[in-house]
Amino acid sequence: MAEKIITSQDVHLYYGEHEALKGIDLDFTAHEITALIGPSGSGKSTYLRLLNRMNDLLPNIRITGDIRLHGQDIYAPETDVVQLRKEVGMVFQQPNPFPFSIYENVIYGLRLAGEKNKTVLDEAVESSLQAAAVWEETKDVLHQSALSLSGGQQQRVCIARVLAVKPAVILLDEPTSALDPISSSKIEQMLVNLKNDYTIIMVTHNMQQAARSSDRTAFFLDGQLIEFNATAKFFTAPAHKESEDYISGRFG
Amino acid sequence: MDPIRESLLKKSHQAKLERRGRLLGLFCISLIVVVVAAIFYFVASRGLATFYHDKINLWDFLTKQAWNPGTKDSHGIPEVGALPMIVGSFLVTIFAALVATPFAIGAAIFMTEISPRRGMQILKPVTELLVGIPSVVYGFIGLTVVVPVIRYLFGGTGFGILAGTFVLFVMILPTVTSMSVDALRAVPRHYREASLALGATRWQTIYKVVLRSSLPGLLTAIVFGMARAFGEALAVQMVIGNAALLPHNLVSPASTLTSILTMGIGNTIMGSLENNALWSLALILLLMSLVFNLLIRLIGRKGALKP
Ligand SMILES: Nc1ncnc2c1ncn2[C@@H]1O[C@H](COP(=O)(O)OP(=O)(O)OP(=O)(O)O)[C@@H](O)[C@H]1O
Ligand SMILES: [Mg+2]
Repeated sequence: MAEKIITSQDVHLYYGEHEALKGIDLDFTAHEITALIGPSGSGKSTYLRLLNRMNDLLPNIRITGDIRLHGQDIYAPETDVVQLRKEVGMVFQQPNPFPFSIYENVIYGLRLAGEKNKTVLDEAVESSLQAAAVWEETKDVLHQSALSLSGGQQQRVCIARVLAVKPAVILLDEPTSALDPISSSKIEQMLVNLKNDYTIIMVTHNMQQAARSSDRTAFFLDGQLIEFNATAKFFTAPAHKESEDYISGRFG
Repeated sequence: MDPIRESLLKKSHQAKLERRGRLLGLFCISLIVVVVAAIFYFVASRGLATFYHDKINLWDFLTKQAWNPGTKDSHGIPEVGALPMIVGSFLVTIFAALVATPFAIGAAIFMTEISPRRGMQILKPVTELLVGIPSVVYGFIGLTVVVPVIRYLFGGTGFGILAGTFVLFVMILPTVTSMSVDALRAVPRHYREASLALGATRWQTIYKVVLRSSLPGLLTAIVFGMARAFGEALAVQMVIGNAALLPHNLVSPASTLTSILTMGIGNTIMGSLENNALWSLALILLLMSLVFNLLIRLIGRKGALKP
């Protein structure tokens, strides 16, 4: 049995009175890609943002349940949120590079850690951009503003920026929904290549993308986890009627 | 003719109304332009008369230290050296901006990043109130509180650059603060999220992302404050001492362009050298406000290129 890197048990989340997550039990296996799918408003982003405590920033929020990274309760008072976010990186739906140069964007996390050695930084920039499959396009313009890149390139720079911190887990919230099909498939291919070094959890509305690139699929509906299964099985022989309806496009 | 075609050819009531509205707007704008141009022309023609009509050397005007337009020096040239006022104006402006900037940015950070709800509840109305207080009130408080305190602490009369700086600092603080708040607020939320998600602490995020990407806006706020300080007359005049002397320290009576101008303009005769020399001071003020405006535009354009 492969190692479970993140476990969550009976997770509830309330936005004020509204219960957005109604008891989620979900575990993630190291070095796999897990796809979170489900109709709009089903709680996928909410759940994803729990895993690196990005929801902490919102007011009026209540969280119960147990979420662990390597066996450590990430919501325990003694857990260091800053350290957690270095272990569990996040890529957002809209490409959101800082208004700095590409180089400065990629080394942002290292700068935070106080890294000053130019050689180390240069190497980190090259290897991260290469891993994010955007080195060829950016190597000659590293000191130009990241905002001058195309959306797809920006998103890959954002992924490189996360990779440079060397997290164990990467969370991606619809990373390709704002991009054209060619950029999307580049990113998809890149994620598959990253599997050896990272654990990847990705929200997507693109069924083909989930089917092609993920190892397991979790299907959310109305704040509940309906089915969690190996991707091949989920898309060929779903265990639940709702799953079948969803993948055949009958609702959502 | 086809009725639809006919109706298309006829000007509708709305189109006529719109035309009239446009004309009205055009008229108002031209009026404003004419007024501004007239002010410029007037100040420039009076201010330049000192040099053309009264044959004062421009360089002497800018660098000589004796200001006494009514009397002549040993060479028979009227004493119109504006250096003390120019230095005084720049000193109070720069000092006030230097002191106000950290306070304003600190308050803005508190209001936008640390405690938005409480900050907005308390600081917002306070700053808005402070902006609305007439400058004579600031001057009066400066005169009755700041000047005696300085006199007690440093000796002398208490009037001078330091008192002027303090009063201006309090006067520009609300403007600079509220503009800084706007600048910080304009930083998109997703920059902050991206930074936090990369393992930055809140302070690191503020320092490395929020302040850095709002730098053009913050600079604009500071320049705005400086423009206001440079042009303020009444409050400064009440606390600076109004001695047209080059300031040798911060607590001896000094003067600014505005204070000498407001003191003297009522006591001179139009067309005389004394009067023209004051218009020359006004011209410097006008040119400086132009410079501040250009600076703000320049910063804005640079910021827009690289947001
Ligand atoms: N900040 C918030 N405050 C209050 N309610 C929220 C907030 N964010 C999300 N919700 C609610 O929580 C529920 C789940 O939202 P969530 O964003 O997790 O859905 P999602 O599955 O990611 O949808 P989508 O596919 O459209 O991104 C929705 O009903 C939404 O209205
Ligand atoms: Mg979502």
